[in-house]
Amino acid sequence: MDNLNHLLQGFGDVLTPMNLLIALTGVVVGTAVGVLPGIGPAMTVALLLPITYGLEPTTALILFAGIFYGGMYGGSTTSILLNTPGESASVVTAIEGNKMAKGGRAAQALATAAIGSFIAGTIGTVLIVLVMPQIVKFAVTLGAPEYFAIILVAFVGVSAVLGASRIRGLASLLIGLSIGVVGIDFVTGQQRLTFGIPQLADGIDVVVVAVGLFAVGEGLWVAAHLRRKAGEVIPVGQPWMGRQDWKRSWPAWLRGTAFGFPFGAIPAGGAEIPTFLSYMTEKKLSKHPEEFGKGAIEGVAGPEAANNASAAGTLVPMLALGLPTNATAAIMLAALQGYGIEPGPLLLTNEPKLVWALIASLFIGNTLLLVLNLPLAPTWAKLLRIPRPYLYAGILFFAAMGAYAVNGSPFDLYLLLGLGVLGFVIRRFGLPVLPLIVGVILEPLAEKKGRQSLQLSGGDLSGLLGGPVAWIAYAIVVAVLIWPLLAKLRGTSGGDDDHHHAGTKSEVAA
Amino acid sequence: MTVLVGYVPNSFGEAALSAAVAEAARRQERLLVVNMSRDDVLADAHRAADDQLARVRRDLGELGVEAEVRRVEEGSDAAEALLEVATEVDASVLVIGLRHRTPVGKLLLGSNAQRLLLEASCPVLAVKPV
Repeated sequence: MDNLNHLLQGFGDVLTPMNLLIALTGVVVGTAVGVLPGIGPAMTVALLLPITYGLEPTTALILFAGIFYGGMYGGSTTSILLNTPGESASVVTAIEGNKMAKGGRAAQALATAAIGSFIAGTIGTVLIVLVMPQIVKFAVTLGAPEYFAIILVAFVGVSAVLGASRIRGLASLLIGLSIGVVGIDFVTGQQRLTFGIPQLADGIDVVVVAVGLFAVGEGLWVAAHLRRKAGEVIPVGQPWMGRQDWKRSWPAWLRGTAFGFPFGAIPAGGAEIPTFLSYMTEKKLSKHPEEFGKGAIEGVAGPEAANNASAAGTLVPMLALGLPTNATAAIMLAALQGYGIEPGPLLLTNEPKLVWALIASLFIGNTLLLVLNLPLAPTWAKLLRIPRPYLYAGILFFAAMGAYAVNGSPFDLYLLLGLGVLGFVIRRFGLPVLPLIVGVILEPLAEKKGRQSLQLSGGDLSGLLGGPVAWIAYAIVVAVLIWPLLAKLRGTSGGDDDHHHAGTKSEVAA
Repeated sequence: MTVLVGYVPNSFGEAALSAAVAEAARRQERLLVVNMSRDDVLADAHRAADDQLARVRRDLGELGVEAEVRRVEEGSDAAEALLEVATEVDASVLVIGLRHRTPVGKLLLGSNAQRLLLEASCPVLAVKPV
């Protein structure tokens, strides 16, 4: 009941005209960037980071939460109307959604996606309220070695479990960790990877890394692939659903939510696996299996719900442990650090107002999104007619301004360009961006916890082993890493990787 | 010599197409229908879908007009694309649909029709939908 009181308090904090306006701005911007392929919520939050340093932390987080949820809604619109997923979590939606639209049922597809997202988002947020404080209670008892082990699980999770290739994921993580160690060693005071450049002694600001990778990298990538055939917008009226559509969507929404939330909540979740699992389940359970592949409404309802529930689930490890499992959460975490707030198990104790206001704003943002998206989906699709040169010129302008604003030093602009080229290269070679940004953001924390454990044991490596929690975490890490070897030895490899391929292409863009 | 018509899938395009068919019959020349689709946007409302172009082809065939239907998919400027085709086929007349644009709209978005009227080297027939 205590949580409920806190939550009501949070609603009280959010329901001011200013914060409601900010929430509305967030969901509008979020939907817009979700609609546009290649421009995701992660890039947007990164671009807005420097601008929001002048705001209250609560206000900024309300804005980011709106963008985060909004991006999920917008992505489905593009998937359905254009067969171009706006973000990687919407890849599965496109399979049935676009077929429905081509069969003249775009309105129903958009409606089931929007209402399903709303239901899953709301249930997911309720689950955050119930689950997160319990995890915090457990997390505050963890010592440095346990914490270090859990961070390792997150590292391995985002790089080896998500995405198409373990090698690419680990390579990307390694690049991220290397960027993370640049600067002065906080124990010995030695300079690391600074190459004698004084500006690097403070480390590379996360804002510059995020903006460089997401905005400049994507800008260069699009510039190199500017020309492509335009798609046809499928005309669509007001989204609505018939009685039969409701009947078929309901169970799919609930099952999708059940898949999405736990996957989002574990430190190696992501939205791609649950959306795919939900699609497979709906296909198996459907009373109309013959419609799958030709536009079955369950195939839109389930994955869309899974997608939003997983977005909600992502906030559990982010708020309870300070571990981000998707790119947007990673950058929101960087924003918290920018305000001098330390994310981690103590966040809920130290900043209860902030956390509960954020959760309350999720409920409000979700409702605003339903109101915005149900009648306006066709209007959002018009954003796709903006010529890309205008769009990316604007993005690069904001990127450069944001990077310069961090420290007011021209050096950051060179750094931004260098990181932009890195962003282009990792897209070119199909490396996922997520492990890189998670590596950059979590490296200092991982290093701190690891070295604390070693200091406690006087440099003895056994100090890293800690208690049972750490043992389980290490067992998971080892299992994930040696699984492909075992599978190969048993000659059963290959079958498992199929579903990853669908996500590969868009993952690069996300 | 050829009658060239810029086709877009809306009432303006249809009006231009009807006028062009009449013009081709009057001049006893072949008809070239061009649909321009920009390549720098994700979705172009002026792009005619494949089945729309197929329908235009079929209608023209039924009318017994000697016609070719072409889609230009490169570039970001419909006026320039049409002018290029006009030079290429040495068009005797260019038929376009004319839509109303306010002075402010012209300032912001430009006017393809105006550019075609001013820059085409052949006569231009501008048609309004009824």
